[in-house]
Amino acid sequence: MSAVLAIAMGELRSSLRNRWVLSATLVMTALALSLALLGSAPTGTVGAMPLDITVVSLTSLTIFLVPLIALLLSHDAIVGEAERGTLLLLLSYPIARWQVVAGKFAGHLSVVAFAVTLGYGSAGVVIGWVSGGADREGAAAFGAMIGSSILLGASFLSLGYLASVCVRQRAAAVGVAVAVWLLLVLAYDAALLGALVADKSRSIPTELVQALLILNPADAYRLFNLAGFGRVSAFSGMAAVSQQSHVPAGLLLSILIAWTAAPLAATAAIFSRREI
Amino acid sequence: MAVVEADHVSRRYGSNLAVDDVTVMFQSGQCTAIVGHNGAGKSTLIKMLLGLVRPTSGRISVLGEDPTAGDRRWRSQIGFLPESVSFPPNLSGRETLDFYARLKGYSEAANPCLLDQVSLTEAADRRVSTYSKGMRQRLGLAQALLGSPRVLLLDEPTSGLDPASRQSFYGIIRSLVADGVAVLLSSHALEEIEGQADRIAVMSHGRLRAFGSLNELRGLSELPVQIQLCVAEDAQVAAFVRSFGMPAAIDGRQICLACPATSKMDVLRRVAACEGVVDFDVLPPTLDSLYAWFMEVRP
Repeated sequence: MSAVLAIAMGELRSSLRNRWVLSATLVMTALALSLALLGSAPTGTVGAMPLDITVVSLTSLTIFLVPLIALLLSHDAIVGEAERGTLLLLLSYPIARWQVVAGKFAGHLSVVAFAVTLGYGSAGVVIGWVSGGADREGAAAFGAMIGSSILLGASFLSLGYLASVCVRQRAAAVGVAVAVWLLLVLAYDAALLGALVADKSRSIPTELVQALLILNPADAYRLFNLAGFGRVSAFSGMAAVSQQSHVPAGLLLSILIAWTAAPLAATAAIFSRREI
Repeated sequence: MAVVEADHVSRRYGSNLAVDDVTVMFQSGQCTAIVGHNGAGKSTLIKMLLGLVRPTSGRISVLGEDPTAGDRRWRSQIGFLPESVSFPPNLSGRETLDFYARLKGYSEAANPCLLDQVSLTEAADRRVSTYSKGMRQRLGLAQALLGSPRVLLLDEPTSGLDPASRQSFYGIIRSLVADGVAVLLSSHALEEIEGQADRIAVMSHGRLRAFGSLNELRGLSELPVQIQLCVAEDAQVAAFVRSFGMPAAIDGRQICLACPATSKMDVLRRVAACEGVVDFDVLPPTLDSLYAWFMEVRP
């Protein structure tokens, strides 16, 4: 376990030194504050709680930004070390390959968690202060959004490691990471929507559409935050989805956990068989 | 005691046989050098000893363990310095050494001494990205020495080191060998290895061409001993050389006889008895010439 901790601390220290932590936190904070202050401005006349509106805005932002940051952090975790020549020395130490993967994951997840918590947390504090405090339901939805954003980041970190262990060059890892981001964040929904539009005879079963929707980590995250909390779903336009889908929040979180665990396990298995 | 053993070890990459049926043993308290051209199989052999590459056939044992087996605790007793060592660029030398000490499960308390041993104390708090190649190599040696290893595997350890650092490096190696550490180093710098290695393994095209002490390699080869003579001004040089009946090069009063190793003592007695000889030196085959011989005669 100490080896995992040592590698995690090393990654965290490197991320602090190369300004990854600073830049990710600044981007998160700036965007979260902008969305919080500008996005919640019109809520007074419709009686919506500013914190609920902010959850809706930040969820949409997170789906694009957090996977991108996570993939940027993780895509060269293994192939980059191999290209820089540091992997050979690292693997000559008395550590198992899974410990290297686990250590890097813990270090990078700390970076994502720090940036999300500080960035979104500061937005939450400002909104609470400006609107004179937040109720329990709004705070719960906001807290759940922060936690699930970290989980979404964990999923894409794992996918980044899988890309990193499957290729032999960093440039290829960048390509795979961009493809993963485009596919899961942009193309997947568009393809699903296109299939539904094209299916005029309604031959695609609703259950299949629902299953396909929640199988994507970005959509599972979206459903969890926008349809999982009654007041938030009303503002996000997902109230109907929320009532019809009946997807338990636990299942959506389990899907995000599975998207984290499965690529991590695959990375560790492939890495263990890899000769250096 | 043999601490590293390779028994009929081969490693194939597609049609290329990188290591071909190598059997070799490395003893504790000895410095063994592996010499060979690029692609001779030195680095592949070292990677197999570390368990990073599996042999296609044969058996390897390091400190009594199979390097490819699951338990990796034995590696805490191994020090390894790869060729052209690299480190995380954002860490300082001190942080780098602390990081590797934690990975090995050792206290960081001894690290300042190691930094001092490789003359990096002053630069210890600078980022490794600002280090010269020689400084990175010295930091690499310091990390290899973490936890007082029983076996040191050093791949081209002196590349990038200036002459003073090389002297200091071999001083450290000599003291480790005296303490019973088994040191295995690969190098292209044959001249500097000649006076340092107890045993030498000559590799070419994946095969072990020769293995033994320098004297044993000289015995294996058929290279002549060079006997350099300086004769008196009035000596009859041509007749003198002819009297030995062996190849010779003449440059004024300097004569170089190429003497078969088996008749060396005979020739030396005659030289010593000859009044026309004012001085002489005996030059056994160098590692350079032995290496060339093993490459050409035993390809």
